[in-house]
Amino acid sequence: MHWFILKRLLIIPFLLLIFSVISFVLIQAPPGDFLTSYIAELAQGGTTIDQAQIDALRRQYGLDRPIYMQYLLWVGNLLQGDLGVSLEWRRANVELIGERLVLTLALTTASLIFTWAVAIPIGILSATRQYSALDYVFTVLNYIGLATPNFLLALVLMWIAFDRFGMTVTGLFSPEYAQAPWSWGRFVNLLQHLWLPMIVLGVAGTAQIARVVRANLLDELGKPYSEMARAKGLPEWKLVLKYPTRVAIAPVISTLGWYVPQLLSGGLVVSVVMSLPTIGPLLLRALIGQDMYLAGTIILIFCVLTVIGTLISDILLALLDPRIRMEGN
Amino acid sequence: MIAPPPAKGDAGSAVYVAPAWKMTWWRFRRHKLALVCLWVVGFITLIALMPEFFATQDPFATSARRAYIPPQTLQLTHEGRLTWPFVYGVEGQRDPRTLRMEWVADQETRYPLQLFVRGFPYRLFGLIPTDRHLLGFADTPPGATPNLLGTDRLGRDQWSRLMYGTRISLSIGLVAVAISTVLGILLGGISGYYGGLTDNLIQRLIELLQALPPIPIWLALSAALPRTWPVTWVYFAITVILALLGWTRLAREVRGRFLSLREEDFVVAARLVGASQGRIIFSHMVPSFTSHIIAAVTLAIPLMILNETFLSFLGLGLRPPAISWGVLLQEAQNLQSVVNAPWLLIPGLFVIVTVLTLNILGDGLRDAADPYSS
Amino acid sequence: MQQTPTVPEARAFAVRSRTDLGEPILSVRGLKTHFVMDEGTVRAVDGVSFDVHPGEVVGIVGESGCGKSVALKSVLRLIQKPGRIVAGEIMYRRPGRNGARPELELDLATLPPLGRRIRQIRGGDIALIPQEPMASFSPLHTIGDQIVEAIRLHDPMSVADARKLAIAKLREVGMPSPEQRFRAYSWQLSGGLRQRAIIAMALSCNPAILVADEPTTAIDVTTQAQVLQLLRVLQQEHGSAIVFITHDLGVIAQLADHVVVMYLGRVMEQGPVRSIFHTPRHPYTRALLQSVPSVHSEARVQLPTIAGGIPHPLYRPPGCPFHPRCPDAMPGTCDVRVPAMVDDGSGQPVACFLHHDVAEADDGA
Repeated sequence: MHWFILKRLLIIPFLLLIFSVISFVLIQAPPGDFLTSYIAELAQGGTTIDQAQIDALRRQYGLDRPIYMQYLLWVGNLLQGDLGVSLEWRRANVELIGERLVLTLALTTASLIFTWAVAIPIGILSATRQYSALDYVFTVLNYIGLATPNFLLALVLMWIAFDRFGMTVTGLFSPEYAQAPWSWGRFVNLLQHLWLPMIVLGVAGTAQIARVVRANLLDELGKPYSEMARAKGLPEWKLVLKYPTRVAIAPVISTLGWYVPQLLSGGLVVSVVMSLPTIGPLLLRALIGQDMYLAGTIILIFCVLTVIGTLISDILLALLDPRIRMEGN
Repeated sequence: MIAPPPAKGDAGSAVYVAPAWKMTWWRFRRHKLALVCLWVVGFITLIALMPEFFATQDPFATSARRAYIPPQTLQLTHEGRLTWPFVYGVEGQRDPRTLRMEWVADQETRYPLQLFVRGFPYRLFGLIPTDRHLLGFADTPPGATPNLLGTDRLGRDQWSRLMYGTRISLSIGLVAVAISTVLGILLGGISGYYGGLTDNLIQRLIELLQALPPIPIWLALSAALPRTWPVTWVYFAITVILALLGWTRLAREVRGRFLSLREEDFVVAARLVGASQGRIIFSHMVPSFTSHIIAAVTLAIPLMILNETFLSFLGLGLRPPAISWGVLLQEAQNLQSVVNAPWLLIPGLFVIVTVLTLNILGDGLRDAADPYSS
Repeated sequence: MQQTPTVPEARAFAVRSRTDLGEPILSVRGLKTHFVMDEGTVRAVDGVSFDVHPGEVVGIVGESGCGKSVALKSVLRLIQKPGRIVAGEIMYRRPGRNGARPELELDLATLPPLGRRIRQIRGGDIALIPQEPMASFSPLHTIGDQIVEAIRLHDPMSVADARKLAIAKLREVGMPSPEQRFRAYSWQLSGGLRQRAIIAMALSCNPAILVADEPTTAIDVTTQAQVLQLLRVLQQEHGSAIVFITHDLGVIAQLADHVVVMYLGRVMEQGPVRSIFHTPRHPYTRALLQSVPSVHSEARVQLPTIAGGIPHPLYRPPGCPFHPRCPDAMPGTCDVRVPAMVDDGSGQPVACFLHHDVAEADDGA
C-alpha cells in the first residue's frame, strides 16, 4: 500500500514539470506580448506612450529576456510560492486567485459528490432492472443529459427562475456577503447559492458515469462469482451491493482522471454564464487580455488539481481492490 | 447472436457466409431508435449540404428596424378550421415608457407558406446558380418577410442563420473528427501493433493529454490565433485545435483493437504463412475493426460539435461574420438577452437534437459492431 | 472393432445400487427450460427426467451445448433471463433425521426464483460447486469472508463461531494451513486449492445434495484426480448425494453410480454406470463410448468420431434429435416422431425407436 502510493507520488514532480512547460508554451503562443496589447489599448484610448517607457516596463516585467530565462524565472518564483503579478490588474496573482480558487474547489467538489451520489444509484437501478420502464427512462434522460451543453442548461434554468419566480440565480453569494470576510453566515449563503451551479455542472458527467456504472454492473452481474453468491442463497439486493457493485465501482473511481479536468473545463463556462466568482472567468479575461503570467498560473493550477484528483482516485482504488493494494509487495 | 438464414437444400450444401459489415448492418437494423436517428442525421446533413435552399432570407442581411422580432410561428388553423399553414404579420409598437420595440401579431395580415419559391439568388453546392428555396412567403411587402424563428439583435432572420450555422457546425465536427481519426488510427495503430517502448511512449503521451482540462487549453490556443485572420483560416485553425486533444480517445480504441486482434488465430496464422506486415494490417486486421472505427467516429462527432459550441459561445472560437451554432448562441450569452429574447436559445435545441441523435446512432453502431461489448 | 472403455474393476469406490437407496431425494420430471430471444426460441432443456437418491452419485454426460449445464442450473433456479422453465417439476424431498420420512416435499420449479424459500434451499439443502473456481470467488473479498457469509446465511451464529467452522471445513478438504488461507484472496491460491476452497464453501452448510458443474475442467489432470478422490471421500463421510455434469467419460467411470446421457436438451439413455459402459443401448451412447481412446485400443488407428456436427440450437431437427447423425436412423420414423423414454424393466431406460415404439405425447411441441 505505502509502496503503491509512494510510486504515484514520485511521478508527480515529473508531471508538474511537463505541465509547467505546456502552460508556458501556451501563454507564449500568441503573437506579441502583454505590452503590445496594452500599448494598442492605450492607443485606442488616445494615449501614447514613448519608447523609453515601453522599454522600462519591458525590463520591469522581464519581457526583454530570452524565452527560456522567462520560463526559469517564472517556475523559480512559483517554486518559492510567488505566483507573480497580474500585468493587467497590477495586483499579486495570489490575491486575485486566492478566494476564487477556494470557490472553484467548492464548486468542483460539490459537483463531483452530486454526480456520484446520483449516477451510482441510477446505474445500479438501471442494470438490475435492465430493459424495464425505469431503465428506459434513465436511458433517455442520460442521452439528453449528454447532449445538453451545460451553459445552455444554465441559461434555461436562470431564465425559468427569473421568468416564473422572479429570482436572479447568478453568483455564489448574496450582495451583502459578496465582499464580506468568511463567516458562518457567508458559508451558509454560499451553500444556498451553490446547489444550482452544482447540478448544472454535474448533469453531463452524471449521465456519462451512470452509463459506466450500468455497463460495468451488467458485466459483473453475469460473472460466475455473482451466480455463486446467488447459489449460496444470498438475497438479490445484498448480493448486488456486496459483490458486483464493488467491482463495478472501480471504473467509476478511475473516471476521476478525466472527470476532474472535465469539471474544471465545464466550470469555466458555467461560471461565465452564471457570473460565478471562480477562477474560470478570470482565466478567460487573462487569455483575452494576454495577461500571460496570470493565465499560465491558472492553467498550471488546473493541471495540479487534475493530478491531485488522479492521486485521490489511485488511493481510493487501492483501498477498494486488494489486487492493486498488494502490487509490489 | 444472430441467426444465419437456414441453409437451403441438404446438410452438405454450402452455408452463406455474410461479410462482417453485412452482419453489422443486420444487427444495426434491429435497433429501431438508432434507425430513426439515422434518418434524422441524414436530414441534418442535407441541411448542411444546401443551407441556402432551406433558408428563407439572406442570413447576413441586417435590418436595425426589425431587431428582436419574436418567432412568427406557423399557424395551422384559422377561425377554428384547419387551413394551409400560414403566419401572421407583425407590427412594431414602441413602448412609451421603456422605449423598447414591442412586436405584436397582426391578425389581419396572413402570409401563406409556399414551397419552392423564388428568393435571394445563390449557387447550389457552390456551383448551380438558382434562386429557389424550399420554404418562403411570396407577396410580402418589402421589409416585412416573416421570420419563422424571429430575429436577433441586428434584425437578422434566425431561421436562415440556423440553416447556415448547421453547415459550419456539422462540418467543423466532421473535419475535426477526420483529423483526429487519422491521428488516432496512426498513433493507436503504431502503439498497438508494435507494442514495447513505442507503445509505452504513446500511451504516456495520451495520458498526459487526457489529464489536461480541455476547454482552458483550447481557449489558450484559440486566443493565440491572430485577430486579423480571415474567417476560413480561423475555421481550419479551430478544427486543428479541437483535433489536437481529440485524437486520444480514438487512439486508445484502435490500440485496444490491435492488441486483441494481434493474438487472434487468423492474424497469427497470416504471420506464420509469411504474409507481409502491410498485408496483415490492411487486409486482415483493418477490415475486422472497421465497424468499430465507424462507431467510435460517430460517437466522436457530437463531442466535437459540443466543443465548437463551447468555444464560439465563449467568444474564442469562430467569430462573426462566420455563422455556427455556437456563434448564434453567443447572442444569448447572459440572462438579460435571454429574458428579452428567449427564442435566441432555439439554436441550442438544434445542438441537443444533433448531438442526441448522433450519440444514439453511434451507440447503435457500436452495439451492432460488437454485440458482446457493453 | 474398437475396444470401448469400461468401468475400471479397480475403481476406488464401490458402485451403489439403487435398490438399497430408498426414495429419491430429487426427482426431475419433464423439465423444459427455454430461452426466448428475438431470433427464436432455444430449447436448451427440452423434457429431461432423472432421479437422485440419497447418497448416490449421478453423472450427467453429453457434448458441450447439450443442455446439461442449463438442466443443472434449472434445479437451483439460477436460470437468468431470457431463459425460463416452461414445464416440468423438480421435486425435492428434504430427508428427515435418521432415515425418517422426508420432512419437506417441495416442487422447486414452482418457487419464485428470487424468493426466500428457494434461497433457503440454495446453499443450505442443495449446494453448487461451480465450473470455474477462480471466477466464482469475488476477487475483492477474502475466501474466509465468503465462506463465513455462506454459513451465516443458513445457520445464524456469531462471526467467531462461523469462522471456526469455516476453518474446520477448509481443513477437512485438505487445505494446508487453513487459518492463513482463510484470510487469502482467491487469486492468491493455486487452481487445486481454489477448487478445494469452493468445495469447503459448498459443504459448509451440510447440504443434502451437491451439484457440481464440470468440477474438474478448469484444473490440470493430476489435481483432477485428487479433487475427484476428495469429492468421493467427502460424499461417503457426509452421505450427501452428488449430481455432476461432465463431458469426460473417464470422470463418469471414476465417480458416478448412475449415468444420464444427454443430447440436444433431451435424455437419450440412463442407467447404472456398469450397464451404460458395458451394454449401451442408444446409438448415441455407443458412439460416445467409441470415440474415447482406451489403453486396449490398437495403436495408430484413427479413433471413430460421431459423424456430422451438433445442429444450430435454433434449428433443431424434427423427430429424434440425434437422427441426422445416427448410423441406425430409420427414415420415416426417427425423423418424424420423438421417441419417449421407456424403461422395459432393465433399469436402463432409453429413448430410441430401435428398442421400443413409444413416441412422445406432445410431439413437436
